[in-house]
Amino acid sequence: MATSPLSVTRFRIIFSICWLIIIADQIFLLRWFGLSWKIAIIDSAVNDALLIAACLLIIMMLHYYLPQKEKYFHLVSWCILITVLVILLTKVILKNIFIDDAEYQIFFSRSIWIRSSMDFLMLGCFVLISVIWYNWQEQSEQEERKQDAEKLSKEAELFKLRQQLQPHFLFNSLNSINALIGSRPEEARKMVQQLSDFLRGTIKKEEHQWVTLKEELQYLQLYLDIEKVRFGHRLSTVIEADEALDELKLPALLLQPIMENAIKFGLYDTIDEITISLKASKEENNLVITVTNPFDPETSTPKQGTGFGLQSVQRRLYLLFARTDLVNTEAKENIFTTTIKIPQA
Amino acid sequence: MSSKVIIIDDEPLARSIVIEYIQHFPDLVVSQVCSNGFEGLKAIQQYKPDLIILDIQMPKINGFEMLELIENPPAVIFATAFDEYAIKAFEAHAIDYLLKPFNQDRFEKAIKKWREQKNSSAGEKQTKQLLDDVALTAPQNQRIVIKDGSKIKIIPVQDIFYLEAADDFVKVFTKEGYFLKNKTMSHFEQVLDPSQFVRSHRSYIINLQQITRIDPYEKDNHVAILRSGAKVPVSRTGYPKLKAILGL
Repeated sequence: MATSPLSVTRFRIIFSICWLIIIADQIFLLRWFGLSWKIAIIDSAVNDALLIAACLLIIMMLHYYLPQKEKYFHLVSWCILITVLVILLTKVILKNIFIDDAEYQIFFSRSIWIRSSMDFLMLGCFVLISVIWYNWQEQSEQEERKQDAEKLSKEAELFKLRQQLQPHFLFNSLNSINALIGSRPEEARKMVQQLSDFLRGTIKKEEHQWVTLKEELQYLQLYLDIEKVRFGHRLSTVIEADEALDELKLPALLLQPIMENAIKFGLYDTIDEITISLKASKEENNLVITVTNPFDPETSTPKQGTGFGLQSVQRRLYLLFARTDLVNTEAKENIFTTTIKIPQA
Repeated sequence: MSSKVIIIDDEPLARSIVIEYIQHFPDLVVSQVCSNGFEGLKAIQQYKPDLIILDIQMPKINGFEMLELIENPPAVIFATAFDEYAIKAFEAHAIDYLLKPFNQDRFEKAIKKWREQKNSSAGEKQTKQLLDDVALTAPQNQRIVIKDGSKIKIIPVQDIFYLEAADDFVKVFTKEGYFLKNKTMSHFEQVLDPSQFVRSHRSYIINLQQITRIDPYEKDNHVAILRSGAKVPVSRTGYPKLKAILGL
């Protein structure tokens, strides 16, 4: 529901000043017609008091019922009706007050048309102002709702993107644990711990969570350790990140999908042992992460390189920074390189 | 009499758990364990196993593509962690599969089922149908895996110039010449993306990207000239199809 203009202090002040001017104006006008101060003041006071009451009534009515654009003629009829009522009431009251003043009675009767049209115009002005006010209010509320909805869906999307977890990874890890339980129970326990810590990390709920590079790399290590158990000697990883970069910030869970993509791409595109490397650096005001993996240019379709993992990273960075140039990929000879830039605040 | 089993999986621990389970069956002998499809092919050729336990997602060629390269594939028990399409296909063809992680009981059940079906020929037919089914899904519909002598060739579909029928085989023409694949033309017509490949003739399928122009040839017929210079016949029924899709 829109707020009534009457609940806004500034509007109340302006409203009061307007009416003081109108009352003063009417008094001076009546004086100019030769009426005494007393009569002029009482006449203006009664007439304008009724008019102010009518105005407030209409503003409050509009608060509950704002006519559609095509029904504005309703407003005009209300104005006419209320003006007639105001004039009639004014007439009754004033004629009773000045019951003995015949001169004033004649003056009132002769001025009734000009009074009516003045009252109608003033009433119309205030109605117009409040209609504009309410419409503007409604529009800005709609705008706000739209923004809220957009924000909500953006947050939901970000949450979903962060939570994307390959069921393949989960079930294969469980399968490895299953095998370790029989032969190397200590290692099985360790892997259960790693997998639990990793999963806990993926379901952390804080929105727009930013973490330091150090934290993110620790989390990434959990993932890499699990993958190394799964793939044994076929997978080696190299992580180069200077301690000076430890405190740089990035969105949580951003690096894991990139590594996952590189591992999948690397491991399934060759039967040899592979090394995946991650290098962090700072360029200008960006944290730059470079991930490389080998691939077979003979058999790879370029599409494979930008799998779901990278798309979700790109989408996340777009939602956070409104930039599409933060993820870059390059295939050179048999090395595929993924570079992402994270602007620092 | 004992039966020979080959285990093919790219994850070492996944292999070891199957070995562990198999040890409960005195009549099953593990001939070899393989870590990818290439090793699997060699081992199958060498040992002629009675049963293979096969992972699907593996480096270079997956389990399905490996099976496709074997003329008379042995009985298979598939083991997979998660593969929606494959699981649908297994269900559709009543093929037993193991979902990782699986326990000893589940494994024994699969072995029991295999023993029951061992002497019927239904299994091989089911496997063939399964392979035809999954050929329509990625990555199988993105590339063709061909055995070229002792080498395995993986051809991304966009590298194909055109296909030509040759008796029971199909010649797959690429920049390196042609390779033979034991499939039918209608199989390829189904598998390949119809916006990329058009059957221009009973015996030909053309990669549209390769066409430079189409010339008339004798009466009523046409011929498509490819970038490589090759001339591919276009039949009376093929010509309107080509014209429509090329927007001529």
